[in-house]
Amino acid sequence: MDPKADNALDHPLVVVNLGLKGFAESLERQGVEVVQVDWIPPAGGDAEMQELLDELL
Amino acid sequence: MDLKQKITQANDEATRRLMAGDPVLVDVAPAREVIPGLDGKVITHSGPRIEWRRMCGAQQGAVIGMVLYEGWAEDTKAARAMLDRGEVQLEPNHHHQAVGPMAGTISPSAPVWVVENRVFGNRAFCRQVEGRQQFGEYSQEALDGLRRWRDLWAPTLREALRHIGSLDLNPIIIQALQMGDELHNRNSASSSLFANRMAVALLQAGIPKERALPTMQYLAGHNLLFLGLAMACGKVTADPARGVEHSAVVTAMCRNGTEFGIQVSGLGDAWFTAPAPAVEGLYLPGYAKADAGLDMGDSAITETIGWGAFTLGGAPGILPLVGGTPEEALHHSREMRKITTGVHPIYRMPAFGFEGTSVGIDIRKVVQLNLAPIIDTAIAHRESGHPIIGAGLTRAPMECFVKALRAFGERYKVTETPAVAG
Amino acid sequence: MATGYVVRPNRYFDSVFLMGVNQRLARVEGVRQTAVLMASEQNKRLLSEIGVDGADIRAADADDLVVAVVAEDPAIVSSVLAGLDEALTTAMSVTATSDLHTLEDGLRAKPSANMALLTIPGGFVYPEARKALEAGLDLFVFSSNVPVEDERRLKELARDRHRLVMGPDCGTSIVNGVGLGFANAVRRGTIGAIGPSGTGLQEFTCLVHHAGLGISHAIGTGSHDLSDEVGGITSLMALDKLEADPRTEVIAIIAKPAGPATRARLVERLEACGKPVVACVLGSTAPGSAGGKIVWAKTIDAAAEAAVRLRGNRETPAATKPLPALPSTAQIRATWTPSQKNMRGLFAGGTLCYQSQQILREAGMVVHSNAPLDPADLLGPYEVSRGHTLIDMGDEFHTLGRLHPMIDGSLRRQRIVAESVDPSVGILLLDFILGRNASPSPVGDVLDAVVEGQRARSKSDGRLTVIASICGTEDDPQDLKQQEDLLRQAGVLVFHSNARATSFCLELLSGDEGGGDGPEGG
Repeated sequence: MDPKADNALDHPLVVVNLGLKGFAESLERQGVEVVQVDWIPPAGGDAEMQELLDELL
Repeated sequence: MDLKQKITQANDEATRRLMAGDPVLVDVAPAREVIPGLDGKVITHSGPRIEWRRMCGAQQGAVIGMVLYEGWAEDTKAARAMLDRGEVQLEPNHHHQAVGPMAGTISPSAPVWVVENRVFGNRAFCRQVEGRQQFGEYSQEALDGLRRWRDLWAPTLREALRHIGSLDLNPIIIQALQMGDELHNRNSASSSLFANRMAVALLQAGIPKERALPTMQYLAGHNLLFLGLAMACGKVTADPARGVEHSAVVTAMCRNGTEFGIQVSGLGDAWFTAPAPAVEGLYLPGYAKADAGLDMGDSAITETIGWGAFTLGGAPGILPLVGGTPEEALHHSREMRKITTGVHPIYRMPAFGFEGTSVGIDIRKVVQLNLAPIIDTAIAHRESGHPIIGAGLTRAPMECFVKALRAFGERYKVTETPAVAG
Repeated sequence: MATGYVVRPNRYFDSVFLMGVNQRLARVEGVRQTAVLMASEQNKRLLSEIGVDGADIRAADADDLVVAVVAEDPAIVSSVLAGLDEALTTAMSVTATSDLHTLEDGLRAKPSANMALLTIPGGFVYPEARKALEAGLDLFVFSSNVPVEDERRLKELARDRHRLVMGPDCGTSIVNGVGLGFANAVRRGTIGAIGPSGTGLQEFTCLVHHAGLGISHAIGTGSHDLSDEVGGITSLMALDKLEADPRTEVIAIIAKPAGPATRARLVERLEACGKPVVACVLGSTAPGSAGGKIVWAKTIDAAAEAAVRLRGNRETPAATKPLPALPSTAQIRATWTPSQKNMRGLFAGGTLCYQSQQILREAGMVVHSNAPLDPADLLGPYEVSRGHTLIDMGDEFHTLGRLHPMIDGSLRRQRIVAESVDPSVGILLLDFILGRNASPSPVGDVLDAVVEGQRARSKSDGRLTVIASICGTEDDPQDLKQQEDLLRQAGVLVFHSNARATSFCLELLSGDEGGGDGPEGG
């Protein structure tokens, strides 16, 4: 058993939505504080570049 | 210090240099007098190196124009033959401390702006901006404009400039950025301010009316005049930022209508090229998208140091080119913040809350965010023989940055140390 | 061809602005050419080149505006020129552009964020989810196709940091009364739920609501959580949280079969739980633990009833009114021809398809499916239905390049018509799932196909019996009553749960001699 002080279920949700805008809108309609991120893959999805950037940036 | 820290520090240094520039107009002189290597049958051109055969229609037209203008050939047929035989040496402007708009062609007798960077002592050169030959038109009328510049306007300006010694350009630039100029496609304010200063100089130098008046009329009627100076300022500001070990900051962006090329501070003189992109834009009557050539010119040097499309948020006049809304213009300015290193302390944008312009394009951030520098530019025809046909927006090709980052990795990545033999 | 122009003296406009106006005027139908220019010498030349000339133009200078139009007929020319003032002053439309493209952008914009919701492609989930966990956020990962090793690593990291990962491939959660993903608007109460199945949780929560009670939290764990590769990390953490949650009085698990090692750990943990627990493992052949404290439920309905019962009778708000009475099974069978022996089910909810299979198989029927309980009953992606067939329309094959059937009903409609005209089919079973993020009218999306199918069917002998379950509440964004009415008006028999709908189908079919594969089947 693991009773934790900061229980995800206790406090009001503040959400970062990565992806489909509809999900963020649904949360807004429920009165939830949410920020919409029109997410794009890092390095345009290029795995070679992402590996390089892991070392350089 | 690990690699990432070295890169950060090097970027900061390169950006510091980009922001320290103090450009001063010191001369207006024939190219052969001031540009290294520009004597004999040499024509320099915009963009990365390219041979005659591969040049796009508009750039070929411009080169033919310069051959005729220099009197190396009697007519266009002879000019083409000369070029086909390789009798004219073609060189990139950037290799000669120079820049040129659109086709960017500079020949030995063509007078250029000479701008000096007071802080570092280096110089840069740019030809004058006009609406015909640099777009590939080589008619007598188009060349007459070049001749007037060579024979009347440039020497007159030179004389006036000599009289006052030199002209500090930063005061004009700072003010113009706050008056709605972005110094690439919108130069009305800066050209006006420059004309004011030179009008006074012309009078002070006591130049006779028959030369002073037409020169003043030229200045007063040319709302893109300052672009040539802005480009020279860009080049003179960017050059000292070259060669900083470990720096991922871009020191040049340019196009020749066929290819787009970039150079990076920590990668020396290497060019990273990709096919020149199309320009999304608006067209003058009689022209349409099917007529357009690809992105061309050294004028992207303005974006390289944080002007041009990087300051769209401050240039309301350019709004129609970007789709027409202030929100989108600000959006572009905010996006460019994400791929740059620093914020300029003195070049500011009123519509962007008087924040400074974004300086120091970092190739790592460009690739990471898949966000390429945005450029606003004029549009030339695909074929030679036409003047300007439109203006619009484009982006530097991501491929240039990917190639540069790959090379950067090869040069600077820490390699594994081999295991020590027992 | 007609030409016309207007000269406006001393009206200066910026050249780039004029180019934009020009572009707008040129779009008018029937216009061949337009020019909107200041009358400089160069521009006057341009105008004459396109055939526009006149004394006024020649007299004009660079401070004067000229607008010229060349069009198919004079009426168009006049109308374009008449609209000039509006074109010159038209306000530009505002388009909102989001500047936020990365998790870091989002966190900078919302520093107090405590949850990240991910609907990004599965291949990119791990690094983003990891960053979110390291920033102290809990996760709801709707994305599927995340490698199971990545899921394990994420959940181990989450466990170390006491953060909850709901997902990957998690369709539904209700946390603190807030619906995440596809979730129904249900009463807040004291019954908690955990499960790897989105539609399973949806139906469970709706049934609790209809019984007059409410949900404390419903925690989706992601479809692979109970596999042995993942080991139930989220399920176990969710159990801890619900056990510690003062609001929760009863805990229900709605799942499909777990990996054997994980099942054992889960059972052990449930047995040790300080609160009453209900476990529904659909499609499971393993017997429940007898005599322990776990209440084993065979169906989602049974789980909801057990949870309500365990919660004990205190004040209960009015339960949802039961649906109107149905015709008797004998009456319905009388409308069939002898060859109508088969049932076809087309499901938006994968778990509901699973549950239906379980109910039919328990009664001894052979059921084919693209997501079968028994691999021997697999119906391939391109295969036509045979015997009794239940199709999960939300599987990968059907959703490749398409939205999920809970949002887009087009593929289901095609199949509805196809099944309807099959003379061996007596029953068509459908599910409709309401709730947040689902289609505004799940019934409306396929109703015309249902009607079309029945109409085509009526040309031959024997009526098609269409049966539907609706998963939803009166508080959902869709109008539950309207959705029910639409179905009933089309002659569809409506139930509030998949189990009840399926049981009714079973009653109808049990008059047959061994339905399914046989000489008459398919």
